[in-house]
Amino acid sequence: MRLVLAEDLALLRDGLIRILEAHGFEIAAAVEDAEALATALEDPTADAAVLDVRLPPTHTDEGLRAAVDVRSRRPGFPVMVLSQYVERIYARELLASGDGGIGYLLKDRVGDVGEFVDAVRRVADGGTVLDPQVVSAVMARQAPVERLTTREREVLALMAEGRSNAAIAAALFVTEKAVGKHTNNIFTKLDLPVAPDDNRRVLAVLAWLQI
Amino acid sequence: MTTAGRLRMPGHAVLQLPLAILALALFVIDVVASVLAVIVVGLPILMVSLPATRWVVGVHRRWAATVLGSPVPPPYRPTEGATRLERLRIMGADPMTWRDIAWLLVALPLALTTSLVVLILFVLVVTGIAWWFGVGPIMVARSRIDRWFLSFGTTERLEQRVEVLTETRNQSLDHAAAELRRIERDLHDGAQARLAGLGMTLGMAAELLDRDPEGARQMLTEARQTSSAALGDLRDVVHGIHPPVLADRGLVSALRALALDLAAPVEVTGDLGGDEGGRLPAPVESAAYFAVAECLANVAKHSGAGHAWVELGLAGGTLTVVVGDDGRGGADPSGGTGMRGVARRVAAFDGTMRVSSPAGGPTLVTLEVPCDSSSPRTLPSSGTA
Repeated sequence: MRLVLAEDLALLRDGLIRILEAHGFEIAAAVEDAEALATALEDPTADAAVLDVRLPPTHTDEGLRAAVDVRSRRPGFPVMVLSQYVERIYARELLASGDGGIGYLLKDRVGDVGEFVDAVRRVADGGTVLDPQVVSAVMARQAPVERLTTREREVLALMAEGRSNAAIAAALFVTEKAVGKHTNNIFTKLDLPVAPDDNRRVLAVLAWLQI
Repeated sequence: MTTAGRLRMPGHAVLQLPLAILALALFVIDVVASVLAVIVVGLPILMVSLPATRWVVGVHRRWAATVLGSPVPPPYRPTEGATRLERLRIMGADPMTWRDIAWLLVALPLALTTSLVVLILFVLVVTGIAWWFGVGPIMVARSRIDRWFLSFGTTERLEQRVEVLTETRNQSLDHAAAELRRIERDLHDGAQARLAGLGMTLGMAAELLDRDPEGARQMLTEARQTSSAALGDLRDVVHGIHPPVLADRGLVSALRALALDLAAPVEVTGDLGGDEGGRLPAPVESAAYFAVAECLANVAKHSGAGHAWVELGLAGGTLTVVVGDDGRGGADPSGGTGMRGVARRVAAFDGTMRVSSPAGGPTLVTLEVPCDSSSPRTLPSSGTA
């Protein structure tokens, strides 16, 4: 798996390279500004990208624009966007850039190396990964969520972050079968259509949450 | 001067005579009522006579503006939104009111001399030539006298400007100092404390490393969580100083992002022109953003509204923002610190805040902020008047 990496701070860039290489990724290019990123994303052998939102020259939202842009040229091209802050308005733009293969996480999450690498893998496989902070902020404002039990709410939050039943079971220390029961309850209580695969399910949940 | 222009002069002259008599009557009423105001009786009279005075004077301002070909603006202090009694107080404290009253006294002799000369020259056929050439200079001279009385000179305008600037600058400095104290406190209680804790946890982990590797691992996990929390604190502080979306995308997008984070549905509409929603000068964007944020916080806290909206527009170099809600109304612009804070934020840019909030709603807060700093205004903003 060949990755394009964009991060302007050398310290963080080196850290990301080290973590990703240690977990079997190959770094096709590690760049520090928007211009070099545009060139690197032209590379047809790159399989996915990990991008910082803020990059030179303007230090605003170059990484986000590059993500939306590359996905309009190469539909479904997996991109993991990292940022010092997460904004719902940006999450919406990323989700609207195509079904799946998209991630949006706080940079802090890189600290939990195992989870971070797992998230990059899921995005590279076409999954959707959303930062828990976005999910929890949105869930707090959804009145129908009140109808769910505490456990069901936990499961819903993890589903919205883009996790599979197996990952949810591991995170909550319950069996996969129990998670399946909770998800069925959630879908019934919220009148959600039952989705055929994991990623469709995540997208259905996100659409329901109106992220 | 055109023939039509010349022919208008006798028209003005004829009208100025009865108005001059009315002016003298108003002078007497104003003065007597002012004296009687001491024993309250004069107040209701002033409530009628002062606006009447302003009307008569306003007519002359417009004539002077037509004759001189340059605007003679009415330089009154704003009285919008004030109660009747407050309005009287503002009018009484306004130096222009006193100049108006002084002008009322000179209006009659002035009108008698100029208007009669113009009329007599016009009516007598023999003096037609004198009228043809004389009417222009006479009316211009008369209008100059009116203008001298009825508008502030350069020095006075500058004095007023300095007064307004001093006041808003002091407010801005106070505000900046308070913000710095808040940021200092937030950092001290938040990120700084957590980083100190982080250092201790790491120190303990280093000590445990050989004796109790499992304990050290737990310490390290804890350290990572603390660093995450410290970053969260820093994010909150940064958000309070300058929201990232505002820096990235400008005012409209930042307000849309803000609206998404609020419990009640808030609709943000507007276009500031240009690509990507248009960018305004950064200080204006920031002031407008926090002013709207404060207004929306008030909506959430006090109005009981089910729906709120924000409309933005940019015309003639002025940013107009209307924040409305369908709540219970009755908001008092001078009541809470929140609304005064909004007025103060926009006043630093010579902006104004107007509040319309009848009982039962809807409440509309209109903010107007000039974006072009090269066009100073001499009037104090309504928020600080």
